[in-house]
Amino acid sequence: MDFRLTEDQRALADGTRGLMARLYPAERLREDAAGAAAGTPVTLDRGMWRALGEAGFFALRLPEERGGLGLGLPEAVLVFEEAGRALLPGPLVTTHLAAGWVPGAAEGGTVVTAVDGELTEWLEASDRVLGSYDKAEPVRSVDPLTPLHRVVGGEPAGGVVGGGVTAGGVLEGGVTAGGVTAGELLTCAQQTGSAARTLELAVRHATTREQFGRPIGSFQAVKHLCADMLVRAEMARTAVRAAAVSGDLGETAAARLLADEAAVRNARDCLQVFGGMGFTWEAEVHLHIKRSWILRSRGRSVAECEERLAESLLDETLCGI
Amino acid sequence: MDLTYTGAELVYREELRAWLARTLPALPPAPDPADWPARRAYDTGWQRRLHEAGYADVHWNADPTRRLIFLEETELAGAPYVGANFVGLLHAGPTIAAEGTAGQRERWLPPVLRGDEVWCQGFSEPGAGSDLASLRTRAVRDGDSYVVTGSKIWTSHAEVADWCELLVRTDPDAPRHRGISWLAMPMDLPGVTVRPLRTLAGTTEFAEVFLDEVRVPVANRVGAENDGWRVTMVTLSFERGTAFAGEVVACRRTLRELARMARGTGAWDDPVLRRRMGRLAAEFGVLWRLVQWNVSAGAPGVGGSVLKLRYSQARQELYDTAAEVLGPSGALDADRPWTSDRLSSLSYTIAAGTSQIQRNIVAERILGLPKGA
Ligand SMILES: Cc1cc2nc3c(=O)[nH]c(=O)nc-3n(C[C@H](O)[C@H](O)[C@H](O)COP(=O)(O)OP(=O)(O)OC[C@H]3O[C@@H](n4cnc5c(N)ncnc54)[C@H](O)[C@@H]3O)c2cc1C
Repeated sequence: MDFRLTEDQRALADGTRGLMARLYPAERLREDAAGAAAGTPVTLDRGMWRALGEAGFFALRLPEERGGLGLGLPEAVLVFEEAGRALLPGPLVTTHLAAGWVPGAAEGGTVVTAVDGELTEWLEASDRVLGSYDKAEPVRSVDPLTPLHRVVGGEPAGGVVGGGVTAGGVLEGGVTAGGVTAGELLTCAQQTGSAARTLELAVRHATTREQFGRPIGSFQAVKHLCADMLVRAEMARTAVRAAAVSGDLGETAAARLLADEAAVRNARDCLQVFGGMGFTWEAEVHLHIKRSWILRSRGRSVAECEERLAESLLDETLCGI
Repeated sequence: MDLTYTGAELVYREELRAWLARTLPALPPAPDPADWPARRAYDTGWQRRLHEAGYADVHWNADPTRRLIFLEETELAGAPYVGANFVGLLHAGPTIAAEGTAGQRERWLPPVLRGDEVWCQGFSEPGAGSDLASLRTRAVRDGDSYVVTGSKIWTSHAEVADWCELLVRTDPDAPRHRGISWLAMPMDLPGVTVRPLRTLAGTTEFAEVFLDEVRVPVANRVGAENDGWRVTMVTLSFERGTAFAGEVVACRRTLRELARMARGTGAWDDPVLRRRMGRLAAEFGVLWRLVQWNVSAGAPGVGGSVLKLRYSQARQELYDTAAEVLGPSGALDADRPWTSDRLSSLSYTIAAGTSQIQRNIVAERILGLPKGA
């Protein structure tokens, strides 16, 4: 047993962080947010999408003979953590799941979204919509960088749920051998990345911002907020990586709970550490809060995950760990 | 990221499991928690069996994965916990192993492994808790001895200990952290008085230890004079990463028992309770993975503090939930095991560094935030 990242996995994570810094640096994120505030319609940058495709972002888990990188879910969560950290926009999970199955998805030439519940992300920008619906109307999305449509008569493509795929679903790319909902875990990975980022922002601000003649990070009330953020981020990361490795459905539900909690609450605490600045459109914080709400709304609800885990407590076949 | 065990590790697990299956039925019944001499005999008896079977030094010398397997299997089998051997095996012993001379290691370590000698930890004082470095128990050099005067408090199982790992101030004029030394003090020396303290759980888990001109041989000092703070830090960081491994396993089992009981009583029909237990299942499952992460990562770092903070809270929530399942007639009955566990869980956010101190450590040492006033 060795839970640490292998050298290759570490290189993949570092490489992806570099890729994000090139394709979607924080300045670009803030520009996009400023553009949205000024009324510029949000579009998906096709050049960026193709660059992601070239880097293997979508084809990561496809076998090499089909043009993929032949990697697994553990590697994919590392990559999606970085995407979540950068708040990289677009229907990333659904396009990733469609790779190898929907023509052009693997290469980044085709943008794929999926009907999931009442709201669908990136409907207009997508070339392919998995599932069907009767009617769709744009909603003014709370997240300025995630366009939403309210769909009427929506029907998910057999088994497509939560930007992912349930056991027995039709998307071959989405289902791992154990039937884990890969898409759900990739969403969790994004949440984990966001939680790590808001922690980093809070710590940086707490170190530089001074009040009462000293950095605010020297005040214990601020320190303890940051410490709790670290605890949440570490728990979430551990949960997501373990679920990706084990492929266990209960662990996926646990990852879901902890990753959502980490993203949502860390973003809130980050806002608190930023004070009035945190309440502005300019600061990055609100974008993390809003994106974490969007990602949390995908697929299973908190209640469903908790019930799933409760049920597993009564499962006599599960003993020990 | 590999969560599977190697063939050799699986063999180790199988052998251990078989040994436990043979050994546990032959154990005497667990003693009354109020009877410390009986508890000592029980705990050291268990250690002796481990020693005979070759498992005694698992906390010291086994590779971390085997140690984890050991903690998991002993807990799953319902084996006794380290109990009175705690300080010897997990604090004083590792300190002596790391910092002691060859002679000191030879004198003190084998009896700990054999279950012959029991240690306690005399660090905290009435005036020095979280701020341990402010301790004031004095040790004055007089020939081959230190003459020690002062008092210690919250000393767990001091009543039945043979030795105390004692922190004393040897240089009152030096900066706080530089005037402290680490001594091994026999508990039967003249001038040592132990006064047991009753905890809120009703038992005497810890005690006050009064020291009145106790003559401790200078040869019992581990590490250099005035270097005791550094020597102590070796101890304190020793096992945080895996500290609660066995307990996390135990909590997961308790959670399953609770679920079955709740189904029996009908409490399970309450979705609020079910969901709370589902969340606890998530929490303890991930805490277990965090232990595995800490074992893999080696040096106790970020993961140790995260584990301490989150586990102590989860344990308290678990027993609060147990109280809800039991209902008032069970939860208010002090003889129910879950009730005493609920009471003892209240110490987890205090003992071995309070949660507030843990947060300070995380913020300052891990996140690099500036020190407070
Ligand atoms: C069951 C149990 C067993 C124990 N066994 C032993 C033992 O065997 N040997 C031994 O030496 N000790 C032992 N202890 C003592 C334990 O280490 C101390 O209780 C602990 O370090 C806290 O010290 P204190 O009790 O003096 O509380 P204090 O330090 O007085 O703390 C009181 C409150 O103030 C807060 N506080 C203090 N300083 C700060 C700060 N800088 N920032 C924020 N908040 C702060 C604390 O978090 C706490 O909430 C045991 C304690 C318990 C409960």
